[in-house]
Amino acid sequence: MQHEAAIREPLILGHRTYHDITNDIVGPIENKPAKGWFVLITISSLIAVYGIGCILYLISNGIGSWGLNKTVDWAWDITNFVWWVGIGHAGTLISAVLLLFRQRWRMAVNRSAEAMTIFAVIMAALFPVLHMGRVWMAYWVLPLPNQFGSLWVNFNSPLLWDVFAISTYFSVSVVFWYIGLIPDFATIRDRVVKPWQKKFYSVLAFGWTGNAKAWTRFEEVSLVLAGIATPLVFSVHSVVSFDFATSVVPGWHTTIFPPYFVSGAVFSGFAMVQTLLLIMRKVMKLEAYVTIKHIEYMNIVIIVTGSIVGVAYITELFISWYGGVEYESYAFINRATGPYWWSYWAMMTCNVISPQVFWVRSLRRNLTFTFFMSIIVNIGMWFERFVIIVTSLHRDYMPSAWTMFHPTWVDAGLFIGTLGIFSTLYLLFARYFPVLALNEVKSILKTSGESYKKEAEQQHHH
Amino acid sequence: MANKVIYAVYEDPELLKSAARKLVTAGVKVRDVFSPFPVHGLDPIIGVKRTRLAIASFMFGITGTSLALLGTYYMMIYDWPMNIGGKPNQYFYQNIPAFVPVLFEFTVFCAAHGMAITYLIRNKTLPGMPGRNPDPRSTDDKFIIELRTEDNHGHSAEGMTDLLRQTTVFEINERQC
Repeated sequence: MQHEAAIREPLILGHRTYHDITNDIVGPIENKPAKGWFVLITISSLIAVYGIGCILYLISNGIGSWGLNKTVDWAWDITNFVWWVGIGHAGTLISAVLLLFRQRWRMAVNRSAEAMTIFAVIMAALFPVLHMGRVWMAYWVLPLPNQFGSLWVNFNSPLLWDVFAISTYFSVSVVFWYIGLIPDFATIRDRVVKPWQKKFYSVLAFGWTGNAKAWTRFEEVSLVLAGIATPLVFSVHSVVSFDFATSVVPGWHTTIFPPYFVSGAVFSGFAMVQTLLLIMRKVMKLEAYVTIKHIEYMNIVIIVTGSIVGVAYITELFISWYGGVEYESYAFINRATGPYWWSYWAMMTCNVISPQVFWVRSLRRNLTFTFFMSIIVNIGMWFERFVIIVTSLHRDYMPSAWTMFHPTWVDAGLFIGTLGIFSTLYLLFARYFPVLALNEVKSILKTSGESYKKEAEQQHHH
Repeated sequence: MANKVIYAVYEDPELLKSAARKLVTAGVKVRDVFSPFPVHGLDPIIGVKRTRLAIASFMFGITGTSLALLGTYYMMIYDWPMNIGGKPNQYFYQNIPAFVPVLFEFTVFCAAHGMAITYLIRNKTLPGMPGRNPDPRSTDDKFIIELRTEDNHGHSAEGMTDLLRQTTVFEINERQC
């Protein structure tokens, strides 16, 4: 059996047995949900219904109902797209990259982070599809033979790379998530007594047996999937950044974009994980599993990626001057001091300056403060995309075409609506699915559980 | 004599492993082990072979790369070449740098899904299949060794039960099959 150094903080607090873990996680699924859950899902589904209304309005009226104009022809739609895709990066990072690094703390947070990833990517995919205007033509992005109505899709275009990257990322994330869920659904199947629940979870559990060979295969699949999902995570946001980087627009045409976008994505993804987990651990009483140490680890990731993002911002600024291209340097002077100065400085404050407070240990371990910071980072990262997209476009080469972007209620309704749809999906997940990876948490109980660590230490002293 | 199956229930993976070691040393063949999570180090004891899923995944990945190469060549170079932004499309090798993202994504797509489907089929876990674990507690907190008399002609059911009693076993269940 493996032993963990006594100096490492326990990842499962108090004394718990394997059966207690099952009780703690499956109990809330069997029983009636708390009042708070009903309140939350009512609010979020109302917002979701409003969002769906806005989507229907948009589809029937065309994207002219957005505030786009001839100069700013990409604005909130693509901002929201990149924002949601970025959020969708934390889940696979936690489950894949941290699995390769053998980080045990990932086991309490990976399931909910992966769920968040999947829902966020669905929200992200909505925007480019809606931007097509005629959404019923969406299948034209697939490489279908020419007699379907158009030429072959253009494999030279970053927009098509995006189609491949996002759909691969989405489907691989779903598979990764579901393969981890199967054994946990089996645990629920073998435990629940209500007939409809028994039926529901037996279907979902796919007849999992948990025999020795199945577990060997399970571990192999998890490892290999993690191995191929790791470059996939990095490729997806790189490809998203190519949408901008391969165009010849000052402010977009920079080679720093892929690493800068990827670290920004991880940064915002972890912030969203914090927002959701801090609420969930409280409502579902998961304090023993999602400990302050877990929160601290994630805050450390936030400060690292936030600092990378900060370095990227400053590098970008420096190169725009050092490169000597006047259009490029104007784009950046305009960002910082032009009519959109407030969004630039909102981005700088939220993403570069404020995360630096996490160097203080007591703030890193303060839950209320972490929650506040996670919201700040989410706002900052939305502004980052807004700054990149709108400020680079609104003053182009021809001053007579200079203009501002004014969002309409449809722009706002779509963004708020996706927040509602996302929250609704997440709440349904929290209600009906095991929110922790039961089998993985159980596997670290004897090495990282508080009472077992103490026991091992005492034996060591004798 | 009817064939019998014995289920020995343990409460901890370490206890189960030492019991399995004891049984195998005594020449008993362990049919299978059911556990709520992977028991590391068990496979060599009870003689479970290494899975070849990773190799399968590699094969699926290679297939994906080949299909993507073939597809991009056919669509962009052979069937309907187009001058897009002046990118060279006379020969495949000139145009291939622009296809790298798609080649990569499609490789990952095929490797991941091919392996996942193979995994589900090999484990016989497919939608709607009934659970086949002998005891519902094996997905909660119990670790179960399965022994069968038909695998162990040198040992009687009683002999194996005696052996099991010498380990820190929680419960022994015997069934006809």
